[in-house]
Amino acid sequence: MQVYEAPLRDMRFVLDELWVDDGFGELPALAEFDTDLTNAILEEAGRFSREVLLPLNRSGDEEGCHLENGVVRTPAGFKEAYKQFTESGWASLAAGPEWGGQGLPERVNKLVEEMTCSTNLSFGLYPGLTHGGAIALEAHGTDELKQAYLPKMTSGQWSGTMCLTEAHCGTDLGMLRTKAEPQEDGSYKVSGAKIFISAGDHDLTENVIHLVLARLPDAPAGVKGISMFLVPKYLPKEDGTPGQSNGVWCTALEHKMGLKASATCQMQFEDSTAWLVGEPNKGMAAMFTMMNAERLSVGIQGLGIGEAAYQSAVWYAKDRLQGRALSGAKYPDKPADPIIVHPDVRRMLMTMRANNEGCRALGAWVARALDAEKLSPEPEARKRAEDFVALMTPIVKALFTDLGHENAQLAVQVYGGHGYIRESGVEQYARDARIAMIYEGTNGIQALDLVGRKLGAHNGRLLRSFFHPVSDFIAANKGDGPMKPMIDGLEKAFGALQLSTATIAQRGLADPEEAGAAATEYLRLFGLVAMGYCFARSTMIAGMRVAFGAEDKDFYKAKITTATYFFERLLPQVSAHFLSIKAGKKSMMALAEDAF
Amino acid sequence: MKILVPVKRVIDYNLKPRIKADGSGVDLANVKMSMNPFDEIAVEEAIRLKEKGVATEIIAVSIGPAKAQETLRTALAMGADRAILVEAEDVEPLAVAKILKAIVDEEQPGLVVMGKQAIDDDSNQTGQMLAALWGRGQGTFASNVAVDGDHVSVTREVDGGLETVKLPLPAVVTTDLRLNEPRYASLPNIMKAKSKPLATKTPADYGVDVAQRITTLKVAEPPVRQKGEMVASVDDLVAKLKAKGVVA
Repeated sequence: MQVYEAPLRDMRFVLDELWVDDGFGELPALAEFDTDLTNAILEEAGRFSREVLLPLNRSGDEEGCHLENGVVRTPAGFKEAYKQFTESGWASLAAGPEWGGQGLPERVNKLVEEMTCSTNLSFGLYPGLTHGGAIALEAHGTDELKQAYLPKMTSGQWSGTMCLTEAHCGTDLGMLRTKAEPQEDGSYKVSGAKIFISAGDHDLTENVIHLVLARLPDAPAGVKGISMFLVPKYLPKEDGTPGQSNGVWCTALEHKMGLKASATCQMQFEDSTAWLVGEPNKGMAAMFTMMNAERLSVGIQGLGIGEAAYQSAVWYAKDRLQGRALSGAKYPDKPADPIIVHPDVRRMLMTMRANNEGCRALGAWVARALDAEKLSPEPEARKRAEDFVALMTPIVKALFTDLGHENAQLAVQVYGGHGYIRESGVEQYARDARIAMIYEGTNGIQALDLVGRKLGAHNGRLLRSFFHPVSDFIAANKGDGPMKPMIDGLEKAFGALQLSTATIAQRGLADPEEAGAAATEYLRLFGLVAMGYCFARSTMIAGMRVAFGAEDKDFYKAKITTATYFFERLLPQVSAHFLSIKAGKKSMMALAEDAF
Repeated sequence: MKILVPVKRVIDYNLKPRIKADGSGVDLANVKMSMNPFDEIAVEEAIRLKEKGVATEIIAVSIGPAKAQETLRTALAMGADRAILVEAEDVEPLAVAKILKAIVDEEQPGLVVMGKQAIDDDSNQTGQMLAALWGRGQGTFASNVAVDGDHVSVTREVDGGLETVKLPLPAVVTTDLRLNEPRYASLPNIMKAKSKPLATKTPADYGVDVAQRITTLKVAEPPVRQKGEMVASVDDLVAKLKAKGVVA
């Protein structure tokens, strides 16, 4: 059964306690967001997610979207929920106040996003893409375009999409064919076909604003000849309301494995009036403004599903009576013990729990860097935060979505045969989580981004934004205290990360395929070390809270137990990845293509 | 017209309460607390009356621990204009009604709208006591509220069906479950709630003695329901009932 209660206690821990000293300094601009206010926001967001979004998750999955007479209709209840969502201001929470947004810090925004993803990922895509589109438009659009579109996109009255993929090109956008013809009045006419367009058409909003990648007639070949255009479904009239249809159609809905309530469209543009966003032939760079923000959000999708899967698995493990505990009956009055008594079920639940808490803690750190990058009064801190976000973006995207998927699979396993039955609800998590490893740049691409672009950038400067805090932490806490096993474990894992980094840098210089062959394992190893650092910090804080008699010491004790499980049972994976990296590309690339 | 809305901080309605080991009451340590659901309906009704132009100001009042501030902030985030917290622990209905009466004298509201009962002790007394102390009419268990000039018509859910009473204002209305569906606080309103005025008072400020007058002897879980038994026939059933002495 799909159950969900926002993990508010852990969210408050990562928001208010874990990163008080995050190394980015004070942000005076956020002074008004005190604990009382953020608590109120998180509580209401949790309530909304559980009461409005969760009940539509399974029904939306069963019903899916409909394409009727060229118009897409979302599943029953989505329209009403979207109306409530936008009217309550959740669509605009992170947007700047100048366009009518609430200006919430990312550290709070990301937690609210997690709740939306936990309860209804399909639903979350609609406002999520709109927000991404608004970010790109704000960064690169002309004032005129911003005035005309941003207020309505911010409020959620109009929605947004990003139209990149075409049938023959996904990862390699240099091959795209959609074209844009300049018009005398300064606008353009865009024509072409796009596929896999999330929220490409639907009945939630009165207008859909597409950001389309296309080629100008004189554009150079490849990625350097791509420009970004704004193409509305309906051209706004003088008074700003949607007017005449603009030659934009959804020609088909994709038949997908999961996320069935999210309308993934094939889109046709026929001489559609368009406006250039950013400079000609600089569309890729402009789109990446959106992609980077989206990549972090996709990471949060993984965490969101991972949390939902965990909660649903815990519910079942306590409810399902089957067999007896190996150590003797724990509930002799019942016909059998609940399966939570079994070590292997505990292994699955603890792994899911550790994955979630580790990702939530790490995500909270990156979210703080996003805030510092924008709001710190210190230029040096802003720079460091920017470096850190750039470094961690591929890790958050790939690690969180891999682990979210792992959690969903574990949840199915906890349910046994019932997990494979639709009515249990958990197989939906397994299907919905799968796409997050693919879209916004596959996790393989994320790994390449990490080893190819981020490691070497500015002579390794980005790496320092992570390596320095970790080595400082280890140095400051070494010794024979109760933290010794954890600090030693972290030091060893961190050593493996440093060695792997040096190996990849060295071999990759001579042979780029060596870097490519190590990329995925390296990203995971990096992610595990980052989670280890988060858990070690959490344990120190939790230990102090318990020692000083905190009111809710059960929470802190559980935190220490989960961290210990991570260090004992999950962090050792670092050694395996290290050995894989050390082995190099040879056996991976040796087989002749004919032999496959 | 001002509307006064008393709200109570209670154990969240989703939770299964646990009894303290010594049987002295419900264990509230580290338990999620929320606004009494009937009071939420009262806040919603007041906001709707304000949106209709009937009310001009909504004052939320809570009598409870310092943390009841959060409950008041919730009311403010939903749309109340200001709040009064009277700090006191474990106050019995009569004392609550006396404090409310003192606040009513001070604020002179045209209407007091409150939950018919709180889900923690299910007393269902405060609204009625307040009306008596105030000497004004009461419309309890409301499923519809319509203000018309200097009167309010309240449709009540009673055992036999629906009964509508017409009361001269000011009056006390207590809300039942079907009166409305409370809204979710919007994000802008949550942020605005922070800067809305919230006054903190004590029972002494209103000259009310809140000493306990009721002694709780013991709080216990309801007895576990005994397993049922399937009978093969009606005769069988009658025989069993007779054996138990339930029928002659």
